[in-house]
Amino acid sequence: MIEVHELSKVFHDRKRGEIRALDAVSFRCQPGQIFGLLGVNGAGKTTCLRLLATILRPSGGTATVGGHDIVAAPDRVRASVGFLSTATALYDRLTAYEMVQYFGRLHGLDENALRARLEEIFTLLAMNEFRDRRCGQLSTGMKQKVSIARTLVHDPAVMIFDEPTLGLDVLTARTIVGFVRDCRARGKTVIFSTHVMSEVEKLCDAIAIIHGGRIVAEGTLAQLRECTGARDLEDIFVQLVEARP
Amino acid sequence: MKRSALGIVYRKELTDLLRDRRTLFSMIVVPVLVMPLLMAGLGVAGAKIARQSMREIFPVALLGEAGSPQTAAALHALDNLRFVPAEKADLPRLIADKKIRAAVELSPGFDAALARGDPASVQIDNYAGEIKSQSATGTLRDFFRRLRETTVKERLTGRNLPQQLINPFDVREENVAPPEKVSGNLVGMIVPYLVMMMCLMGSIYPAIDLTAGEKERGTMETLLCSPVARTSLVLGKCLMVLTVSLSTVVLSLTSTGLSMLLVRTLTADLGAGNSLPLTINPVSLLVVFVVLLPVALFISSAMLSIGLLARSVKEANSYLQPLMVVMIIPAVAAVIPGIELNGRLALVPFVSVSLVSKEILSGTYHWQYIAIIFASTCVYAAVALRVAVALFKRESVLFRT
Repeated sequence: MIEVHELSKVFHDRKRGEIRALDAVSFRCQPGQIFGLLGVNGAGKTTCLRLLATILRPSGGTATVGGHDIVAAPDRVRASVGFLSTATALYDRLTAYEMVQYFGRLHGLDENALRARLEEIFTLLAMNEFRDRRCGQLSTGMKQKVSIARTLVHDPAVMIFDEPTLGLDVLTARTIVGFVRDCRARGKTVIFSTHVMSEVEKLCDAIAIIHGGRIVAEGTLAQLRECTGARDLEDIFVQLVEARP
Repeated sequence: MKRSALGIVYRKELTDLLRDRRTLFSMIVVPVLVMPLLMAGLGVAGAKIARQSMREIFPVALLGEAGSPQTAAALHALDNLRFVPAEKADLPRLIADKKIRAAVELSPGFDAALARGDPASVQIDNYAGEIKSQSATGTLRDFFRRLRETTVKERLTGRNLPQQLINPFDVREENVAPPEKVSGNLVGMIVPYLVMMMCLMGSIYPAIDLTAGEKERGTMETLLCSPVARTSLVLGKCLMVLTVSLSTVVLSLTSTGLSMLLVRTLTADLGAGNSLPLTINPVSLLVVFVVLLPVALFISSAMLSIGLLARSVKEANSYLQPLMVVMIIPAVAAVIPGIELNGRLALVPFVSVSLVSKEILSGTYHWQYIAIIFASTCVYAAVALRVAVALFKRESVLFRT
């Protein structure tokens, strides 16, 4: 479960002054559901997800992830979250196995349990063929699988995906989409940010449209259609975003 | 079995860095091969030049030969000089063009003047700073010193005067420093500088790679997703930089010691100049190493902090390269004659360690200074490490783009 209440983030820039990247955002994601965060570039999606993954600290408001407060217990939040984005790269000089093993150890897994877990994940994601190859020598698709394995190694209850398909080819993107669906099937709480309308239509049980650091609308696709009178998600999005000052 | 977070981070960084060619180059190839090869190369080349100049016969011009056949004959008998005819007006050009290495001009009637006891003079023209010209001049200077001594002796004998008339007393010098102290003084000038330089050289690349490098490659955000406290992440990284830095120092000292032995063996035939007992007391070296530990930690933490502040590897390099020069300058303090350790200098980073290392290696242990320097550098290292940890917790630093 993710519960976000009035969450804000302000950045200070010498040239541009104060930048309110996230402005009093509130929403709730349920276990076994995929919550989509839809917005254009710079809308505040990445900032919001980085706050939930406790990579950044909020300037105001609060949020609980997997029952832990992001300000009071950031270490516990990180222990219960799997965070995947195109910005979370791999160590080129480690092998696929070493990479996942490293994060398993950082998550405090017992060596025997970790060995068993690694065998399970590498078989599940069909990664045994390239387990001993260095990450720098892997194809984009293989790298994405290693990243997925890295987020799964500690079996987190909450999965956070920040535009995970950005810049990927169709086949690799499909692997990611399949993985996101699988997380929902396993009862995990999933939050997924994107600016690709088709992905939201295919995947998300609930959608929040974010613009200028604020949530401009929230609900299921059916609720958003009813609220705007539009059928196509792109039309719904444009209508809602343009209605904001 | 669970491992400590710091140990996990350290082990991973070690695996990662040992697979990186650039780290291996700066940590192993430079200190183990390049530096000793450079040193051995320079030593052997210098010895070769010295050996050649010992064997070489230098062309020299002699003016005023006609009026002084006796002195001219004695000069012609010198082994390493060959006299060539030349005009007085051409001498500066001939010497500058290295056609001749020096010129001797005897005053008119030099031999007769000596015999009569009248004033006489000799002028030697040479080229200052030119090694072969100085060698030829040295031979001429020795010749005329001996001639002067013989002449004075003959004159005193001729007048039945004692030799003490011109030499009323003797001055004798005796070196009371044992050979290991003489060696320690020499080694004390080289080792602190070498140690500091290698410490800096060893830390610069891993410090950049583990900070700005991680930011640039996008692995920093991945690492920040882990539940490990950020302090453990910094400490693990810092320990790694320190390991590489100290390994570089140990490897470079070992290989430099071995190459110095090699140079001595290769140049053994040059005689006295190479018989200096360049030995290092292992206990002194160990004490220097202990004193150096907090300095190495200070350097590693400072480098890590600057690497963190940089947006990219390129930017980190542009900050750290000049900083390296700034840090090396105080380390040179030990080589500057006349600068000695005192209460104030004991608190100046780098200078203090450089000076105290020199003292330790020459066998002098000022324990109160050693304690002050060790304590003060520990404080500086702790502050630098704290700064690195604080920077690692700042979003504006980690996500600076």
